[in-house]
Amino acid sequence: MSQYVFQQLINGLSLGSLYALVAIGFSMIYGIVRLINFAHGDLVMIGAFSTLGFVAMGVPWPLILVFVLMIGALAGMTIEATIFRPMRGAQQVTGFIATLAVSIVIQNVGLMTLSGQPRNFSFPAFMRQRVQLGSVSASVTDLSIIGLTLLLIALLLVVVYRTRLGTAMRATADNLMAARLMGIAVNRTILFAFAIGSGLAAVAGLMWGGKFGQIDPLLGFAPGLKAFIACVIGGVGSIGGAMLGGYLLGLAEVLFVGLLPPAFSGYRDVFVFTMLIIILLLKPSGLFVRHVEERA
Amino acid sequence: MSKNVPEVTRRRSATGLLALAALLGVGAALVYAAQATLSSYVVTLLALMFLNIALAVSLTVTNGFAGLFSLGHPAFMTIGGYIAAVLTYPPARKDFMLPDLPAVLLTNQIPLLPALLAGGIIAAILAFLVGLPVLRLKGHYLAVATLGLIVIVQGLATNWSGLTRGGSGLNGIPRLTDIWWCFGFAALAIYVALRLKFSSLGRAMMATRENAMAAELSGVSTYRVRMLAFVIGAFFAAVAGGLMVHLITVVTPKTYSVVLAFNLIAMVVIGGSGSVFGAVLAAIALTGISEAARPLEESLNLYGLSQVIVALALILVLFFRPNGIMGGAEPRLLRRLF
Repeated sequence: MSQYVFQQLINGLSLGSLYALVAIGFSMIYGIVRLINFAHGDLVMIGAFSTLGFVAMGVPWPLILVFVLMIGALAGMTIEATIFRPMRGAQQVTGFIATLAVSIVIQNVGLMTLSGQPRNFSFPAFMRQRVQLGSVSASVTDLSIIGLTLLLIALLLVVVYRTRLGTAMRATADNLMAARLMGIAVNRTILFAFAIGSGLAAVAGLMWGGKFGQIDPLLGFAPGLKAFIACVIGGVGSIGGAMLGGYLLGLAEVLFVGLLPPAFSGYRDVFVFTMLIIILLLKPSGLFVRHVEERA
Repeated sequence: MSKNVPEVTRRRSATGLLALAALLGVGAALVYAAQATLSSYVVTLLALMFLNIALAVSLTVTNGFAGLFSLGHPAFMTIGGYIAAVLTYPPARKDFMLPDLPAVLLTNQIPLLPALLAGGIIAAILAFLVGLPVLRLKGHYLAVATLGLIVIVQGLATNWSGLTRGGSGLNGIPRLTDIWWCFGFAALAIYVALRLKFSSLGRAMMATRENAMAAELSGVSTYRVRMLAFVIGAFFAAVAGGLMVHLITVVTPKTYSVVLAFNLIAMVVIGGSGSVFGAVLAAIALTGISEAARPLEESLNLYGLSQVIVALALILVLFFRPNGIMGGAEPRLLRRLF
């Protein structure tokens, strides 16, 4: 395999990892409360900026990772408990609008307190090296992004499928009322779903900053939107679908830019969203979902 | 019983027409007075406010009447803006600003009105094409597809430089619009929306919003009704975009962004989804708040403050008055006229 193709592949996988991490949280939240969370992408931004803050304080990187996860979880739980919970039971559109408003508030408070100037963001020196794998090489950053993402996804799957909390989450997602009647503390379960999803998004923010080297208060827009597309590709509401959709989207995007003449590279997002509309036309329930029930 | 109905309707519409003319006259007198007494800066602000009213009202048709959740207005406005700008641009300037235009566009220049209509029609066709797959699906797909449409249109405007001059946009567009155009367009949008609301088509739209299955069972083609609401909204958005471009004399790919979509949604929701009068009030209030907060933002160096205020206001309305100020109703006076 030539270095060029391998490089594109690794690049696509690491970008796909970021999309997958954001998309999984997005999908969990949708699955459990049927809420399209437009503010989800802004947790990526919060994660990236808190990383920068911890670096400035001189906190060691492994600890930063844990702290960022916790900050994301805390932010997600706060938003859920103060804004979304009181609106539960309102029309679905009310929920969309509320998440959009929360997103606008986060972005603009970010602009007001952090300024709109992009800031440099860099991983420690050893992360910026390249490792030789036979005849090809890859950057440590990309490889660690892929590795960490897979580790987090594995942990998540254990939580969702092997713990009581995970069982409660799946039950609530399946039927909120029935779960409540079975004695599941529904509000607490939803809070956990927000904590996990938002924590993952914040970690994605840490890696986003490392991958692209610059962050600004509006950076959450793109990952938020692309997480939704990843979910649509994989089938909204399914964790596995979101993961596959994220990787597929990352690879498709990188290959589109990498394999076509450079004149087309500006059309990257045009390509991604046109893909979304085509998928909605042909297979609206997602590529990996066979059957979808209609919910009232 | 049924014999009396036409007569009643006729009498109502006769007085109604008079009352409408009177309302329009009062509005025109106010605009005239404003133009005579206020500075040109304030008059331009008022013109922008009229355009915001027209935009909020047209979004009321899409999001309020039919209950769709479209964020696509900025995309349609960008299309309308660029088309109107390119069509009315003086050929002498096109030679060096846009040398790569096709010959037909390069040498011809048309008046504003047909240029606006061209933008509106093309945006309506695009809305139809997007609606074709998306309007069959549940609401949140439309929200994201239209959000995606903004990104697609911005991407095209940035990269298709032969037609749009890329990221730097078009400047020096002839200032063909004034406050009268904007006032007239706002009046037209309000008139169309109110006529629509109290027609059978408007009723079908609201039935679709309240309960799609019940509407379908009552013989309403919900798909067609949604499509009409979406396409009408897109048409008005594109014309408003064209008018605005000729007021501020520039257009760039970022002139109309997602934040604008959010502000328009805020106007519709705060006014009361489905209430034309509410949308007008909210458009006036939010435009006023944004303008009033601008000096504050500059003096405190807190850019973004007015957006935060708008978003928090919206959240408060959702908490305490989820149906907005007017809740879908119109004042009795308006109700009588239409």
